[in-house]
Amino acid sequence: METSNNSTWTEICSVKDLTPNGGTCAQFNDQQVAIFLCKRSDNVYAIANFDPFGEANVLSRGLMGSTEEITYVASPLLKQRFNLATGECLDSEVHKLKTFDVRVENEQVLLKEAS
Amino acid sequence: MSKQRIIVVGNGMVGHKFIDSIITDDSVDYEVITFSEESRLAYDRVQLSYFFSGKTAEDLALTDETYYQENGINFVLSDKVVELDFANKQVITASGRVEAYDKLVLATGSFPFVPPIPGNDQEHCHVYRTIDDLEAITESGQKSKVGVVIGGGLLGLEAGNALVNLGLETHIVEFAPRLMAVQLDEGGGALLRRKIEDLGVNVHTGKATTEIVAGETCRYRMNFADGSFLETDTIIFSAGIRPQDELARSSGLTIGERGGIVIDNHCQTSVEDVYAIGECALWENFIFGLVAPGYQMAKVAAAHIKGDSGLAFTGADMSTKLKLLGVDVASIGEVHGKTPGAQSYTYNDEIEQVYKRLTVSADGKKVIGAVLVGDVDAYGSLLQLMLNDMDLPANPSVLILPSSGDEESAGLGVDALPDTAAICSCFDVSKGDIKEAVAAGCTSMGELKASTKAATGCGGCSALAKQVLDSELANLGFEVKKDICEHFAYSRQELADIIRVKKIKNFDALLTECGQGLGCEICKPAVGNILASYWNEYILEDAHIELQDTNDIYLGNMQKDGTYSVVPRIAGGEVTPDGLIAIGQVAKEFDLYTKITGGARVDLFGAQLHELPAIWEKLVDAGFETGHAYGKSLRTVKSCVGSTWCRYGVKNSIGFAIELENRYKGLRSPHKVKFGVSGCTRECAEAQGKDFGLIATDKGWNLFVAGNGGMRPRHGDLFASDLTDEQVRTYIDRIYMFYIRTADRLQRTSVWLENMEGGVEYLREVVINDSLNINAELETEMESNIGNYQCEWKTTIQSPEKLKRFKHYVNSEEVDTGLKFKVEREQRFPLLKDEIKITELV
Ligand code: SRM
Ligand SMILES: Cc1cc2nc3c(=O)[nH]c(=O)nc-3n(C[C@H](O)[C@H](O)[C@H](O)COP(=O)(O)OP(=O)(O)OC[C@H]3O[C@@H](n4cnc5c(N)ncnc54)[C@H](O)[C@@H]3O)c2cc1C
Ligand code: SF4
Ligand code: FES
Repeated sequence: METSNNSTWTEICSVKDLTPNGGTCAQFNDQQVAIFLCKRSDNVYAIANFDPFGEANVLSRGLMGSTEEITYVASPLLKQRFNLATGECLDSEVHKLKTFDVRVENEQVLLKEAS
Repeated sequence: MSKQRIIVVGNGMVGHKFIDSIITDDSVDYEVITFSEESRLAYDRVQLSYFFSGKTAEDLALTDETYYQENGINFVLSDKVVELDFANKQVITASGRVEAYDKLVLATGSFPFVPPIPGNDQEHCHVYRTIDDLEAITESGQKSKVGVVIGGGLLGLEAGNALVNLGLETHIVEFAPRLMAVQLDEGGGALLRRKIEDLGVNVHTGKATTEIVAGETCRYRMNFADGSFLETDTIIFSAGIRPQDELARSSGLTIGERGGIVIDNHCQTSVEDVYAIGECALWENFIFGLVAPGYQMAKVAAAHIKGDSGLAFTGADMSTKLKLLGVDVASIGEVHGKTPGAQSYTYNDEIEQVYKRLTVSADGKKVIGAVLVGDVDAYGSLLQLMLNDMDLPANPSVLILPSSGDEESAGLGVDALPDTAAICSCFDVSKGDIKEAVAAGCTSMGELKASTKAATGCGGCSALAKQVLDSELANLGFEVKKDICEHFAYSRQELADIIRVKKIKNFDALLTECGQGLGCEICKPAVGNILASYWNEYILEDAHIELQDTNDIYLGNMQKDGTYSVVPRIAGGEVTPDGLIAIGQVAKEFDLYTKITGGARVDLFGAQLHELPAIWEKLVDAGFETGHAYGKSLRTVKSCVGSTWCRYGVKNSIGFAIELENRYKGLRSPHKVKFGVSGCTRECAEAQGKDFGLIATDKGWNLFVAGNGGMRPRHGDLFASDLTDEQVRTYIDRIYMFYIRTADRLQRTSVWLENMEGGVEYLREVVINDSLNINAELETEMESNIGNYQCEWKTTIQSPEKLKRFKHYVNSEEVDTGLKFKVEREQRFPLLKDEIKITELV
């Protein structure tokens, strides 16, 4: 498998493979990353796929939503919400998820460890 | 200054209320000790009969030891106070304990009166007052076939209900010429009797029991003064109560002529620093056998001890509203027409079995009393008119006549009530209190109950309390807030109307039309569900995917470890051997945990996302369809074999169940919907516990609606009887669609119907008489839904595009290595996180 160091962008998939207004799970540097595509704001987000409450790799299958200006995903298990931009949990101060840098270039989705 | 020491003798409902009133204020100033002869702290005696429908002693408890400990209340259980020594200001208990007091409060309640009939003290003769009594009755019931209640008053009828619930042949024997002689007039008593007899309870009035001797066919024989007799295995005495004043009497307190500890307006007895409250107290020659006046006394005594003599006990209203043996009964004020010049209006409907009598003052302006049997809707209004001394409308008869569809006519606008109007008598909550609660931010019944306790006692006031709450909210300009979430300022019903009328087909269009932001986990699934209900498009269309919640989004129920369950439809529970084998083969091949569900079909657990398409391909090949176990939609139609096999069956329940399941399968609704179809009255399919239940009779089907199992079980209401198959389909089409249109999100039919003004009668008006003129529309919508059915799994496995989403990683064929399993009872289960840690340690 192609390895990448912290500063390089890795190609993941075509933007067409992403679930519109929802999440998609990708493998990146031996980690599970949940990538979210918001078509309404044209933003892409990437956070860890592991739900620390339910202790399962499921966040990519959660519902995307917003409250005021924050865009979040609600876990499909017990509905805790995580800020997609920062990884912070909106329902508990204990958990904060790892985030990744993500961008779309020539219709390709690229991931990089957060700088 | 040392703390004042208060002793409370008796820890019943009122004794506890007193302690609670002391605690809520500066309990630090007082040291409280309470003694109880019973083995448990105060419990809700009013709800005692619920013990027979499954409530436990804990459920009935009004408090617990921790609460008392935390608030510094000392308590001594199972120890009776046997002596009051006023000279030394101390009490002495049966176990020899001596405690000193500064203030003494007697709350010893009352005891059931057992008439001095020879033979009344035998093993299976009971009274009905404490949890211990009910335990003894249950035990007797198990060894008995026939039971008798002596006494046909309020409590006697409750006790009768208990015997019915225990499965005994039940008799009620009353000395007076009618039931509930204290509360009801002759007409009301006669109707009540008829209703109770219809329930299979035998009523014997005008019978004086002379002795209880050994029986021939049963354990005992009761001989009556008129020479007749009745045989029974067990007897409950419910012949009234007597104040428990023995202790006070022997200690020298002033006692009334016919019993009861004499108190003044501050609940003080004849001895200084000694108070009496509750059912043991006699105020102006009255004993109050209800809890609300007792609570009032508790508050007065507590205030007086704290030095506030402004509060006084001034008597109480004895109006009651009850559901006895399933019959609604209410009595208000004076019933027997003793007031000079009083006139009355009577409404007597022998067909519907409703009796109402309204007594008004000589000038026709005020309510003096009322008796209601069979229909007690008017109770709240009439009671308020009387308590607040309000003027009657010009034609008082409208108050008891059945409403002619024009709801306003019979009701009394709650706005007209003064602030002092008592809304909840159990917890002494006035209209003013509710206003205050609303002003402090309370906007729902739940919040109102939490903040004022209104409607949490006997529950009789809940409808009225809700009316006051709503009208207060409206008066304050609050829109009673129904917004589904921050993205849409509409209720689910309004959103459904917008979607239906404007023919909105997707979420983007709806957001543009009337929403803001990106949506959320509340509105998205709700909208997805409404869109599916009306347009029934494939739910994994690109435009709809984002709306699907946890289960719908991958057409399976997500389990705790992120795997899925697989539930093929097994309509009516009927499955061929080949079908079962096919399911078994799939389960075996994919190593899925297999279980027969509570819904009478098979569930396969532990499928990983990437396995779902292959699993369903095999199941679809074998002729199965999705069971929609994941959808807010029709789940199962449970059936019994009915007339095809069962020797009692009168109709083909299994055939009809399968037909109905196929008719409504796939239809999305505000919450899941379940049916049951039973082939005869033995009801093996538990149809009355389902949203729609059908029970075969020799004349057709009886249709029940709005049953529920789950968190708050509810028996369905009988909607219509003796229907043809065609009528059943038509009525269900209409009700189901009406539910889809008007219910709130995640509202089962049970709660929907309970919240519907007018209840099942209103629903009948809409569905049978087309009072809203919408039936044609409802039927068309249902038809189009039925026409649009597709098996979502079949559609999915035929679409390579859609199948792309069914893999763990978008960029790799690897699977989720985070999943761990273990084997138990020869099947595979998820290995939980802490179990994993232990294995790692080893
Ligand atoms: C599998 C099953 C239990 C079993 O092992 O037997 C089950 C399992 C679940 N039930 Fe159930 N219920 C199952 C029969 C029932 C029944 C019995 C029945 O249908 O006769 C009831 C009571 C009847 C009723 O609904 O009125 C029942 C009342 C509930 C409730 C409470 C509903 C309520 O109104 O209070 C929930 C929670 C909810 O829906 O909000 C629930 C929710 C659930 C969920 C969906 C919980 C969840 O969100 O994950 C469970 C997941 C199912 C799965 O993974 O496949 N389940 N559940 C049964 C599947 C029946 C089927 O073949 O589809
Ligand atoms: C089945 C049933 C249904 C009812 N339904 C209703 C209803 O719908 N509405 C309504 O308003 N009322 C109803 N009531 C009446 C209501 O329960 C009573 O009004 C209320 O319980 C009175 O409270 P209390 O504290 O005065 O007496 P109790 O609750 O009887 O408490 C007295 C306590 O003192 C104890 N005690 C007595 N003497 C001593 C002693 N010497 N030393 C230590 N402890 C002692 C007793 O054991 C008892 O525990 C019902 C009663 C019953 C039995
Ligand atoms: S009762 Fe609770 S734990 Fe059991 S299946 Fe139903 S929802 Fe799950
Ligand atoms: S009147 Fe009994 S709960 Fe309100």
